[in-house]
Amino acid sequence: MGQNQLLRIEDLVMYFNTTHGPVQAVDGVNFILDSNRAVVILGESGCGKSSLAKAILRLLPRNAGEYSGRVYLNGADIMLLSDEEFRQNIRWASISLVPQAAMNALNPVIKVGDQVAEPAIVHLGIDKKDALGLVRKMFQHVGVPEDFIERYPFELSGGMRQRVAIAMSLVTSPALIILDEPTSALDVLTQANIFNVLKRLKKELGASFILITHDIATSSELADDVAIMYAGQIVEMSDAYRFFDKPLHPYSQKLMASVPRLHAVKEPDFITGRPPSLINLPKGCRFADRCPARFEKCVEDPPVIEEEGRKVKCWLYS
Amino acid sequence: MVSASQAKDMEQKEITREILLSIDDLHVWFELKKFGFSHAGYVKAVDGVTFDVHNGETIAVVGESGCGKSSLMKTILALYKPTEGKIVFDGKNLAELDNRGLHWYHSNVGYVQQDPYGALPPFMAIQRILKEPLIVGGVKDKEERIRRIHKSMEEVRLTPVKDFLQKYPHMLSGGQQQRVVIARAMIMNPKFLVADEPVSMLDASVRVEILKLLRGLQELHNLSVIYITHDLSTVSYFSERIFVMYAGNLVEKAKVRQVIDNPLHPYTVALLTGTSEPDARNAETYKEIPPGEPPSLVNPPTGCRFHPRCPKMIPGLCDIKFPPDFEPEPGHFVACWLYQ
Repeated sequence: MGQNQLLRIEDLVMYFNTTHGPVQAVDGVNFILDSNRAVVILGESGCGKSSLAKAILRLLPRNAGEYSGRVYLNGADIMLLSDEEFRQNIRWASISLVPQAAMNALNPVIKVGDQVAEPAIVHLGIDKKDALGLVRKMFQHVGVPEDFIERYPFELSGGMRQRVAIAMSLVTSPALIILDEPTSALDVLTQANIFNVLKRLKKELGASFILITHDIATSSELADDVAIMYAGQIVEMSDAYRFFDKPLHPYSQKLMASVPRLHAVKEPDFITGRPPSLINLPKGCRFADRCPARFEKCVEDPPVIEEEGRKVKCWLYS
Repeated sequence: MVSASQAKDMEQKEITREILLSIDDLHVWFELKKFGFSHAGYVKAVDGVTFDVHNGETIAVVGESGCGKSSLMKTILALYKPTEGKIVFDGKNLAELDNRGLHWYHSNVGYVQQDPYGALPPFMAIQRILKEPLIVGGVKDKEERIRRIHKSMEEVRLTPVKDFLQKYPHMLSGGQQQRVVIARAMIMNPKFLVADEPVSMLDASVRVEILKLLRGLQELHNLSVIYITHDLSTVSYFSERIFVMYAGNLVEKAKVRQVIDNPLHPYTVALLTGTSEPDARNAETYKEIPPGEPPSLVNPPTGCRFHPRCPKMIPGLCDIKFPPDFEPEPGHFVACWLYQ
């Protein structure tokens, strides 16, 4: 750590304003990502994980309310930049995004090669011919045949379009790539292929990833670190080895127990109840209502406790 | 896990169970047309599928998108007409049923859709949604209708029932919406349920809940179920037999444990390799996945349809001759030349 620290997020907050009150989608998130590593943000739908990606990239929706905190990229606080500076120097130049359902996000009337070349032309200031050369190189990395640059999105299968979207996020050689549910709409074999591609990018190009997903089993294909998100907050942060071996937070344990396995002896279990509404959050621990290990202290907000490099936000470990 | 005595019971049960649905050499082809009239070939979505479903049996059909599993399901639901072959339900050939016969058939077959939000009409309250099939099914007594709506909502645990009756689909969570879909499928007391990826749109923690609910209903009513999915990891909790489908054919048919512990067809092996389990060591190794993608169903490869991607392809055999079903161990069928 220290020298190769790529991203540090401190107390990041993003609320949405609605007629019922503010939705606390991202509520005081802290984490650190070293370069050439991948952190997985795991959580159920509605826990704020996609909003976290948007908050990092400053892609704020129109009804965004409070937006504060520090985001350090290579030591510089990018929250201090103006919107124009952020657009020119950070978004896509330093941090790129593969959005959810990226394969359907391609423009249907533009050849995929031209689409992938666009961020390179805009951010690297090179001409179209050089950009297309770069696109060919990126297509090689992600396993798309080079002559596909002449094709339109509808001529490609879902898996190929997903690879094209990943190639587009790579073309400016950003320091960090955020993947929002990159494989949730894909078939098993396509999914495994995409993860092979991502692993290779990490190994050969030294890429760093934030992977946002709800699927614990496939997330382990890429994870170096795991952050568990619940109701707008990160409740556990750990290296992948110790996390998959023995999760600490009761919510993480429950999530892990809900994964169906091929060769398991034990039946999977489910978590009773539903996550709280992000508008009316309970006062103490946000998971207390559904927690099997709940006790008197849980009515107060739990502190973040550090145990041998792992962090957990739970009274059980204080 | 199944103990020895349970296994024996199951065997006994199997012998005595009657066949509910029998599918014989089913072909479902869709004609392609050029300029709207001239013939330009067929999409061979289902191409020679044969199997039986017994009373009270659950079967999983596993395959990737575009392998024809949805066409198979829609033909079973009598929404598509088979191009060739026949479907026999409870002794009656579907092709010979008139309108009244189809009415009878549809009240005996429940259908659980993949996307619960898309499957529920957004402008109808839950009560209305559940009443509709009863009206169509000829339940005229109002009291009886209300009684059955309550009963089926209690069965899917949408309780307290009164709180839900007047709600609209958008007011419910994904899991609750899927419960409404299941209640609707169950309201005519069907003998047979077709579930098309019932949990793929749901959150991981809710998936298990819905699968357990379906299994509970299956046991309670001794239902026969066809569970269509692409996710092998959920299959072992829910079905007795697995059929693996590739490019319009069933390539492997066997009991769940046989397929998962001893997969025979190279495609099944690939599917199992591709399925992840939560384990940090996964991040260090690449998965060995066959290259390429499933073939087009308009011009599928000659011989075995998996041969262009198969790591164990036998030249001169697999690429020329279509493999029949072999039975290397009792009850374990595989359409692959490696086992002749």
